Amino acid sequence: MDHKLIMSFEEKCIQEQPPACNATCPVHVDVRGMVAAIAAERFTEAFNIYCKSVPFPGIIGRICDHPCQSACKRGEAGDAIAIAALEKAVVQQVEVARPKLTPASPKSQRVAVVGGGLSGLTAAHDLAKKGYQVTLLETGSQLAGRIRERFSTELPEQVINDDLAVIEQLGITVQLNTGVGKDISFTSLCEDYDAVYLTALPGQQPGELTIDPLTLATEIKGVFAGGSLRLGNTSPIGSVADGRKAAISIDRYLQGVSLTAAREQEGPFQTRLFTSLVGVEPLPVVPMGQDRSFYSKEEAKREAARCLQCQCLECVKVCPYLEHFKGYPKKYVRQINHNLKMIKGRHEANILINSCSLCGLCQEACPEGLHLGELCGMARQEMVKKGKMPPSAHDFPLRDMAFSNGPSCTLTRHQPGHTVSNYLFFPGCQLSATAPEHVVRVYDYLTEKLPGGVGLMLRCCGAPAEWSGRRELFMAELQQIKDQWEEMGKPCLVLACSTCQQIFQQYLPEAKLVSLWELYDLHGLPQVAAAKRPTLVAVHDACTARHRGEVQEKVRKILLALGCRLEELPTSGNKTECCGYGGLMQYANRPLADEVAKRRIKQSPADYVAYCAICQENFTAKGKRTYHLLDLIYGEADPTTPAKRRVGYSQRRENRVKLKNKLLKEVWREKIVPQENDYTAIKLLISPSVQELMEERLILVEDIQKVIAYAERTGKKLFNHDSGHYLAYHRPVSVTYWVEYLPEGDGYRIFNTYSHRMEIPGGDE
Amino acid sequence: MSQEKVLECLKCGVKLAMGNVEVTYLNNKFPIQLPKCPKCGLVFIPEELATGKMLEVEKALEDK
Repeated sequence: MDHKLIMSFEEKCIQEQPPACNATCPVHVDVRGMVAAIAAERFTEAFNIYCKSVPFPGIIGRICDHPCQSACKRGEAGDAIAIAALEKAVVQQVEVARPKLTPASPKSQRVAVVGGGLSGLTAAHDLAKKGYQVTLLETGSQLAGRIRERFSTELPEQVINDDLAVIEQLGITVQLNTGVGKDISFTSLCEDYDAVYLTALPGQQPGELTIDPLTLATEIKGVFAGGSLRLGNTSPIGSVADGRKAAISIDRYLQGVSLTAAREQEGPFQTRLFTSLVGVEPLPVVPMGQDRSFYSKEEAKREAARCLQCQCLECVKVCPYLEHFKGYPKKYVRQINHNLKMIKGRHEANILINSCSLCGLCQEACPEGLHLGELCGMARQEMVKKGKMPPSAHDFPLRDMAFSNGPSCTLTRHQPGHTVSNYLFFPGCQLSATAPEHVVRVYDYLTEKLPGGVGLMLRCCGAPAEWSGRRELFMAELQQIKDQWEEMGKPCLVLACSTCQQIFQQYLPEAKLVSLWELYDLHGLPQVAAAKRPTLVAVHDACTARHRGEVQEKVRKILLALGCRLEELPTSGNKTECCGYGGLMQYANRPLADEVAKRRIKQSPADYVAYCAICQENFTAKGKRTYHLLDLIYGEADPTTPAKRRVGYSQRRENRVKLKNKLLKEVWREKIVPQENDYTAIKLLISPSVQELMEERLILVEDIQKVIAYAERTGKKLFNHDSGHYLAYHRPVSVTYWVEYLPEGDGYRIFNTYSHRMEIPGGDE
Repeated sequence: MSQEKVLECLKCGVKLAMGNVEVTYLNNKFPIQLPKCPKCGLVFIPEELATGKMLEVEKALEDK
């Protein structure tokens, strides 16, 4: 996959952006980490986190002007976290031996730092750590002189001396009482040293210096300037940041690399991290104990516990799939990219790629509009192209699609008595499978209401091929639909399934589309005698209808017209959740799809109404009373009878075949020549528990019939003397099916069935 | 695995006996001891094996 494309996905995810406190801090203290450590009473860890960004923790921790605090998101729900007070608590209350600093291997280049304030000290510190020979020149008689004066109450002498011990430790040469321009000339300084950092103006300075704000370089080669010379001395942390910036520039200058590359996020910057405050209780700052101007450890811990620990995760909060893999999109994008690039080794992200419902809820939730499903869809296509798609992931639904689009199910006709079609009813393979009687009724309704001929097309729109990444297969299916649609005079497509609608909108944009629900609204609902309807229903919008506001609206309007009270689920409309079928999740990751469906059906005790046949089937399978909108329209949603059982995979196939034959016979008065195979006549006796097992294991009645037909024809079967049952296996497709059975009456009793994909050589021909 | 003692190949009329079988998936071969008809080679793969270890291996091979 194109690197730029991957990058564009990765870049959109903001979860790894720093929180506002960190981004606002000129030296980017990991405030969130530090505060979390305090909250967990790990003060030493908090101190170490602080020291990673701050060179003189004892000093800065006491006097920092904390610009971070005003950026704190907590401030939008109560008081901002008292970050400065927490820093102070850490540096005051932790007695940690400072880790001994060992400079990098010594370098020969010499750097002069003019000015022993915070900026100069920081630059000297950072450069000495990198191994440069650093000389620090200070006019006064001691280092950090101005800080000592300005913060005499906050900064005990001992704290300053302890912090500055590192200067000696790093082997920095300190020349006190040395004024540049007085004791040493600026020119000789420039000659003697490879680079110079000025934090104070030299006495005999050659005119005004221009300072580049990004690099602190001046117009004199090798001379950099910053700190109070540039800032005044208002912000201690600003001075530290300038010293650090100068050190980075000098290091780059001495190494002969770009001074300017990738420095945008060096100082304070605007983070893109989004932090939701929904449900965050406003809390005031923890007060300091009586008569104290500092936090006790206990108080610090309580104050730190108020920290929101800013992160985004907006998409993860709403999507069980994103939650399931314990990461967030940025991580997933990297894993997907790695998976696609890797040639040898375990493709551990296959399951990640194939489990996504492609429903796009992440995009709705993401402040930056990241749609991970788009990437998963593209990744699937690439895996298929490279022959790297796990064969089992989508095998079953693709075979189901092939069946739906095979000769026993497909039908394309003009309305009887018409040679052209103004409209074409495309009920979709799943409605035909779960409720064929509704297809018959709807067709009857449409032919009565719509002028100019209403044609009918029974088949699958190709969504399983598209979802599984079989682009070529999908395009071939689409082409067939397109050819027939053109042949019929390009009629307006009437769609009962929002997935078909989504597919055609994207891939057959030249076709006029209308949802069945819009037509019911426009032409009136059919009158039904003795209609049974529940009084209260909760509407579940299909994920493929997420962006079909007009359809969602019409569905609700119809329900109200039918006399139902409506309940809105916590998420609906464009924020609706997938039922667990979208993107073929159910086949690639059954446990996750079960979790998704269960989560959805728990959202309300009310009976659900769906307008996607698969949503209905999925929820019904989990024991949730769910009606199809057509059940309500035709008065067959009876809340007083036991909930409908799911139709199941085998019955769904049979229903499609029967629907075609019924319509051919009753509408077009054509004679049916049944396409009987030797096995289809085999009668099976299957208990409900075995039927459940077949659903779970994706084993069809037809698969079992084929095994028995084969075993009985060839005699290749086992007899179990313990159970008294026969056992046979056969591999009619890419799966070997095992069936435990016995003849009973004119059929066979099925006791058990299972399957595997491994081949047994020679055992089955 | 003592199931072979109670399993009989109905075609050959003999009890199954443990034997070497080479199952394959995605161009990978796995030699495995399975109850097998000594005459015609009809094998028995128990349910626990098919839905357990075998499934695991299939998944691992698919992700290779």
